[in-house]
Amino acid sequence: MIPKAEAKNIWVLAEQRKGKLVNVSLEAVGLARNLAGSSSQEVWAVLLGKDVAGLAESLIQAGADVVLLAEDDRLAGFRDDPYVDYLTHLVGVYKPAAFIIGANSTGKSLAPRLATRLGTGLASDCVELSWDQADGLVATRPMYGGNVMATVLCPEARPQLASLRPKSAPRPVPDPSRKGRIEKADLSGVNVRDRVRLLEQVDTAGDQVKLEEADIIVSGGRGVGGPEKFSVIKGLADACKGAMGASRAAVDAGWVPYTHQVGQTGKTVSPKVYVACGISGAIQHLAGMKSSDIIVAINKNPDAPIFKVATLGIVGDLFEIVPMLTEAVKKEMG
Amino acid sequence: MRIVVSIKQVPETTEVKIDQAANRVDTEGLTRIINPYDTYALEEAIRIKEASGATVAVITCGPEKADESLREALAMGADEAFLLSDPAFDGSDPVATAYIVARGIEKCGPYDLVIAGRQAMDGSSGQVGPSLAEELGVPTVSFVRKIEELKDDYIRVQRMTDDGYDVLEGPLPMLITVVKEINEPRLPSLKGLMKAKRVTIPVWSAVDIGVDPARVGPAGSPTKLSKVAPPPPRAGGEMLEGTPEEQVRKLVARLKAAKVL
Ligand SMILES: Cc1cc2nc3c(=O)[nH]c(=O)nc-3n(C[C@H](O)[C@H](O)[C@H](O)COP(=O)(O)OP(=O)(O)OC[C@H]3O[C@@H](n4cnc5c(N)ncnc54)[C@H](O)[C@@H]3O)c2cc1C
Ligand SMILES: Nc1ncnc2c1ncn2[C@@H]1O[C@H](COP(=O)(O)O)[C@@H](O)[C@H]1O
Repeated sequence: MIPKAEAKNIWVLAEQRKGKLVNVSLEAVGLARNLAGSSSQEVWAVLLGKDVAGLAESLIQAGADVVLLAEDDRLAGFRDDPYVDYLTHLVGVYKPAAFIIGANSTGKSLAPRLATRLGTGLASDCVELSWDQADGLVATRPMYGGNVMATVLCPEARPQLASLRPKSAPRPVPDPSRKGRIEKADLSGVNVRDRVRLLEQVDTAGDQVKLEEADIIVSGGRGVGGPEKFSVIKGLADACKGAMGASRAAVDAGWVPYTHQVGQTGKTVSPKVYVACGISGAIQHLAGMKSSDIIVAINKNPDAPIFKVATLGIVGDLFEIVPMLTEAVKKEMG
Repeated sequence: MRIVVSIKQVPETTEVKIDQAANRVDTEGLTRIINPYDTYALEEAIRIKEASGATVAVITCGPEKADESLREALAMGADEAFLLSDPAFDGSDPVATAYIVARGIEKCGPYDLVIAGRQAMDGSSGQVGPSLAEELGVPTVSFVRKIEELKDDYIRVQRMTDDGYDVLEGPLPMLITVVKEINEPRLPSLKGLMKAKRVTIPVWSAVDIGVDPARVGPAGSPTKLSKVAPPPPRAGGEMLEGTPEEQVRKLVARLKAAKVL
């Protein structure tokens, strides 16, 4: 824990995977920029990795005032130990008031360890963050599968940690005229326990758009009826340059792999458009997609609960509607 | 090998009432179950026991009635159970909860592997597992979808990532959190439930496990829940009428107007 009176500036973890910044980090930089507003707080992007200095400029263009560059071989691929050890050191040296970390598989693992190490509080998987003169970071996070929204404060301990759900803040438009500085972190003499080794990184998603990062998600449920028939769903997802999702019923039936499952026991997504095809809209499914901007439901049962949350509903046979929609989208996208 | 599984008892549903006057979530009267994510943790531990002869201990921090969930875990195949219960623990945030559970785990004996769920269905924070590892001073791998190899002092696992999975190895003792993909949990057997009824489960208070009272409960928690509210209602939905062709045409027009196409 660092003294409240000495803590200043809003930090963001700039995470990169294989040399590319992850989207939620850029979203967090843009959000931090808004939080800092016109106050005297600076936005610092903490860039960890090996040979990653080239990414600093895009963080500045996204809204960072300072890029804190921490480069070390041990930071090449994510492991909790070196990340937490180095971040603890940096927090101790520079004393940030708040630290925002993306709530993806890296951040969800790292942030709680960091909170306990620093003796401070963490609001995890936040969908909204605001700044208050008196309280600093004010975090809004869903509980009970999105049926309750909680406002979480961290009144005394600093830095205030928050992890931010991907897609809950807009991705900032790069501003090439923005100026910032790069601060090279001195990592010498930091005691790093490096207990876990990374043997292999397997990319099963390949070139496909990742669920968490997609602007448009097309999901299929039990109504799709079989593994081959999922090509109808995939076809629309591809035409939209989006990702394919599924309900648990479709996953449990073995039609699509678990990595596509949306819902309480799957992934939580928040795209611009979520198209639910042949999905009834059980509460556990809604828990994973209810915060999407636009929900489109295609279902042959007019009483399906999904229509209660849908922005736009079509009562009809998905095998009739979806291929027609795919063709129309292809035409629109040129 | 001794494995400790950290579980939480949660309401069976996420459709809870919000008591807006008291600014709290009302879960009174709801059936309580083992957090579904924790059943994967339990199942994995029991499978290791069946395959290579480990001892499985299960621990929870919660009210006295959390005892039922521990008995259910015994009925699934766990060997020992420990309940951390003290009014002083009520209202602990995840950082404080991890501190309590860590001291409980240390009191219940030496361990090689700690398994936690990915997150609890109620608070949905997903913090207690990694925080617990930090409190215990052991390495962590979160979101484990498969244990590839396990030896007396070594583990190799697959960790689910946003792009696929990572393969990681490290020394024991270690803490892992697990995801649904790892297994299909069994149900507790009737015979097991009968037997579990007769087991005496130690109940430990703050004093028993030697926690610092200043680090537990609302006052000892770094975060405060300042407000609970229902989610903002979604804007009224619209049904697109007409023939399938018309419906599709309307939909495309709406998506274009919203600048998503
Ligand atoms: C602890 C727990 C966790 C869970 N976690 C999840 C989770 O993470 N994600 C999840 O999705 N579920 C989850 N579930 C399961 C959830 O309760 C539902 O069972 C599941 O979501 C149902 O999937 P579905 O909508 O695809 O199937 P169904 O409920 O069977 O609905 C199928 C729908 O398809 C429609 N349909 C059929 N044919 C057509 C057609 N040709 N054209 C158009 N529409 C058609 C039907 O009208 C129906 O509405 C969980 C359950 C529990 C108990
Ligand atoms: N009160 C508790 N007692 C024991 N273990 C817990 C408790 N709360 C959470 N856990 C463990 O930590 C995981 C994550 O919980 P949470 O951080 O509350 O989402 C759960 O799946 C459990 O394995």
